[in-house]
Amino acid sequence: MAYTDKTRGMYSEILTGLQNAGLFKQERYIHSAQAADIEVEFPAGAPLKKVINICANNYLGMSSHPEVVKAAHAGLDSHGYGMSSVRFICGTQDIHRTLEQMVTKFLGTEDTILFPSCMDANAGVFEAVLTKDDVMISDRLVHASIIDGIRLCSAMHDTFKHSDMEHLEEKLQLHNDKRLKMVITDGVFSMDGDTAKLDKMAELCEKYDALLFVDESHSSGFIGKTGRGTHEHCGVMGKMDIITTTFGKGLGGASGGCVSGRKELVEMCRQKARPYLFSNTIAPPVVAGVIKVLEILSASTDRRDKLESNTAFWRKGLLEAGLIIKAGDTPIVPVMLFNAKLAQDVSRDLYDEGIYAIGFFFPVVPQGQARIRTQISAGHEIHHLEKALEAFRKVGKKYDILGKTKQEIIERYGM
Amino acid sequence: MQEVIKAYVIKEYVEDDTELTNDSPLISGGIVDSFSMVSLKRFLENKYNISIPDDKATPEAFDSVNKICALVKEYVK
Repeated sequence: MAYTDKTRGMYSEILTGLQNAGLFKQERYIHSAQAADIEVEFPAGAPLKKVINICANNYLGMSSHPEVVKAAHAGLDSHGYGMSSVRFICGTQDIHRTLEQMVTKFLGTEDTILFPSCMDANAGVFEAVLTKDDVMISDRLVHASIIDGIRLCSAMHDTFKHSDMEHLEEKLQLHNDKRLKMVITDGVFSMDGDTAKLDKMAELCEKYDALLFVDESHSSGFIGKTGRGTHEHCGVMGKMDIITTTFGKGLGGASGGCVSGRKELVEMCRQKARPYLFSNTIAPPVVAGVIKVLEILSASTDRRDKLESNTAFWRKGLLEAGLIIKAGDTPIVPVMLFNAKLAQDVSRDLYDEGIYAIGFFFPVVPQGQARIRTQISAGHEIHHLEKALEAFRKVGKKYDILGKTKQEIIERYGM
Repeated sequence: MQEVIKAYVIKEYVEDDTELTNDSPLISGGIVDSFSMVSLKRFLENKYNISIPDDKATPEAFDSVNKICALVKEYVK
């Protein structure tokens, strides 16, 4: 115990620095279940406010789906609250293996292993399957959890410019002498909402004898005609060597993740991936909930179809209002404001109008690309989206950004 | 050599209108991240048919075009 005043002062100074730089993250307390309509206490101690949530990863509206909640209750009753063990000691129940088999079928792969989160899956997978004789070639905009996993792996690491297939090919040629080459990408990129060119990447990987890894966290359940993910959307089901994904977004929203892919690579994770070996199994009620989610999504595409039409309505509405959005067709729709303070001001004013959406700015996104990231859900009804559009129009008018070009907004507010 | 290396750095890492001189700080200036040093090292080794020991390929040694040139010259026969 040597937590001296000097030590306390050192940390206080760092935290004050974050506050002064506008980088201090503050939690908002939600008093309701996750859904389109939520009740929020913000700032702490303020009266509860009913708002429409357009910033959750609840793409398919499964977080509080009654059948999923019921299945989780049943799982709690039949299989208990927790397992008090990692998987390979005494933490594997029948339902864990059932879920792995269901995910394998859903994603069209050979086998699957569950992890406590997709962050853990990404942290463990590279180290488990690659060595110092290999190279990892990743898109420069992959998710932070992939970066962390790459840092933990002894293989060489290189990058290619975001979605630039010519650059990727140059890198595959440059590293052609390596024992194994692995190309690494997100399926849908979380900040811009754009989609990886998996068909082109699969072609290149075939040409240069490379493995292909994709993180489908922002696509599993709703991208592609039957919601299997970006690989379905790009027509390359069965060609992915490794898919990682989460059960914390479209596939239920609770927690957990997995590595799915070639059976030998999955087995390598089962033998060697440290987050799998040294952390608890996914809790039984969550496993039971995800099983129900996959049953619902396998039986019908209604929810992903509704999400697709909601997304089209939302994108069209924002464009008609005169706002600048990132092009694409995914439910991640960034409204571009370019200036960090403007993004924070617009977010605050939207909240006052009953719309919960968060501003993102440097260093989360590149300098000069501040934005409000909106995320659409199958849990939204058209009246939710109409109300949110009305708020965007009102706030946009206040700041005189409707119908303005990027250049005009930057001239007025700066980068 | 300076022009070849500078052209490679611009093509590989500069994605906007950033002006680059032979003394511009590449790593400490955030133009080249530490991950991307790998491809720079491999490019230099292939281009000049040299082998740069890992312990010599430090962020400091790669921090400008001029510093990279000095490093490469140590290994060119």
